[in-house]
Amino acid sequence: MLAFVLTLVLLLSIVIVLAYAERKVAAFMQDRMGPTEAGPYGSLQSVLDVLKLLQKEDIVPAAADKKLFKLAPILIFAAVFAGFAVIPFTPDLVPAGIGIGVFYLLAIISLDVVGLLMAGWGSNNKYAMLGAMRSVAQIVSYEIPAGLAILAAVMVCQSLDFQEISYQQGAIMNQFPGLEYEMNWLFGIEALGINTTTIGGITTWNIFRAPILLVAFVIYFIASLAESNRAPFDIPEAESELVAGFHVEYSGFRFAILFLAEYSMMVLVSLVAVILFLGSWNTPLPNIGPLSLAYWTTGTVGELSGILWGGFWLLSKTFVLLFLQLQIRWTYPRLRVDQLMHLCWKVLTPIALAVVLVAGIWRLLMI
Amino acid sequence: MEQKAIRHKLSIWNAVKSLVSGLQLTWRHFKNAKNRRTPEYVTDKNYFNQPDGLVTLTYPYEAIPVPDNGRYRLHNEIDDCIVCDLCAKICPVNCITIESVKATEDIGTTSDGTKKRLYAPVFDIDMAKCCYCGLCTTVCPTDCLTMTPVYDFAEVDIKNMIYHFTDLSPEQAEEKKQLLAKQQEEMAAAKAAALAARKQQG
Repeated sequence: MLAFVLTLVLLLSIVIVLAYAERKVAAFMQDRMGPTEAGPYGSLQSVLDVLKLLQKEDIVPAAADKKLFKLAPILIFAAVFAGFAVIPFTPDLVPAGIGIGVFYLLAIISLDVVGLLMAGWGSNNKYAMLGAMRSVAQIVSYEIPAGLAILAAVMVCQSLDFQEISYQQGAIMNQFPGLEYEMNWLFGIEALGINTTTIGGITTWNIFRAPILLVAFVIYFIASLAESNRAPFDIPEAESELVAGFHVEYSGFRFAILFLAEYSMMVLVSLVAVILFLGSWNTPLPNIGPLSLAYWTTGTVGELSGILWGGFWLLSKTFVLLFLQLQIRWTYPRLRVDQLMHLCWKVLTPIALAVVLVAGIWRLLMI
Repeated sequence: MEQKAIRHKLSIWNAVKSLVSGLQLTWRHFKNAKNRRTPEYVTDKNYFNQPDGLVTLTYPYEAIPVPDNGRYRLHNEIDDCIVCDLCAKICPVNCITIESVKATEDIGTTSDGTKKRLYAPVFDIDMAKCCYCGLCTTVCPTDCLTMTPVYDFAEVDIKNMIYHFTDLSPEQAEEKKQLLAKQQEEMAAAKAAALAARKQQG
């Protein structure tokens, strides 16, 4: 229960910061100023936005399918929020440390699609319906390259446990029960003879341990943009053609929940990308000879220093990815539906399949 | 001119290159966001010389200055007004309403020496109707009606867009009207008396 509350509070604060950052980043990239009035530099803007939404009337259209309409936002948010349960925030802090975390995460996020379809269908509105259908088609399609990219990482790590995957990518790998005698080699190849087990830092991140995962990371990142309905894959809520997509009929608290779910999804996919490919909560600084930068910036597992350093590295990496998501939104134009499907099925999926194959071969080189 | 076929390059390298250059563009703008446009007058050297940074001015707090002889809100200097009604006649949108009362006594001259003969109990300009053509200021014989550089005068109540320029209170106006009526009565009486006297003589 405590983990639930803490995760929710953490998530809410990240989303608040993210919503503010989105407006400011968008403004700066378009040579505008963004919010300036609410609080210093407009920093209270997103808090006030939420307060405004909570005060608004909760409108349920007369022609809507009321049960579906009311249930959909809860289902969408629950599906996304449940994904956070298996995310390890620090070396010894994970809301629910289950052994098949990756599998669970992929499964529970897919539930999101059902909620979207419920919202679109329940609204009884052509724009909502179109948006929901586009959204579902897109998410279901992009789950394949995303899943394959994750599979490549899982094959290299030989684990479905996020915490184990995290430990493998750092200098304190041997402290994880079951990994005591594991070794990390540069680029994962023992034949090179450079042992990076105690060097840690960026050299043990998955994208370095098995450089093929760099490709997997790019594929996953592109697919995750589509899964969280972000630009340039935001055709489900294309403002200029569909008004707002599946949530066009929602107002007040329910809209706030949908908004929260959308931003939580962004945070979640970035967290997963960081954990699977970018070294999770591990520091990017390696131990170099007598300068044990990695140990200094990791802290002691189980103590406050370990929690603070772990949380700091995880969140700062996540925020870098989130910033990239924002920047991409304000840089690239929206893809057409056929281009979107072309990219997914004819480009990303074949590459992802090849990456899975190469990752398997790489794993053979690693042992 | 030689026509060159535009070759459609589809290589992945070109795609990546263009994606990266797009990101560089937005990043450059993001980086330059620490610079801001300054509220400078158009004659300032810097006015056209601010190629990067945020272009927005936080308007109520900052504003680009307008010329001293900007032609926005109308102003009537009622002391100089001879209530000739020319402005109201030329106004294409009929936004000027003038009522006049003849003065019974000498009420002085305007600053350019024209003799004033009329009071203006009503001199209203409805700035909500005004089309800022400036015709009224060109016909004004005493140059008392002018356009000012004030452009931000939005009101919550549209009635407040009607500007009253009269210097008479309603009581004073009433008094002037009665004075005029009395004078005219006296004059009529005097005229009648004179007429009667002439009839008697004749």
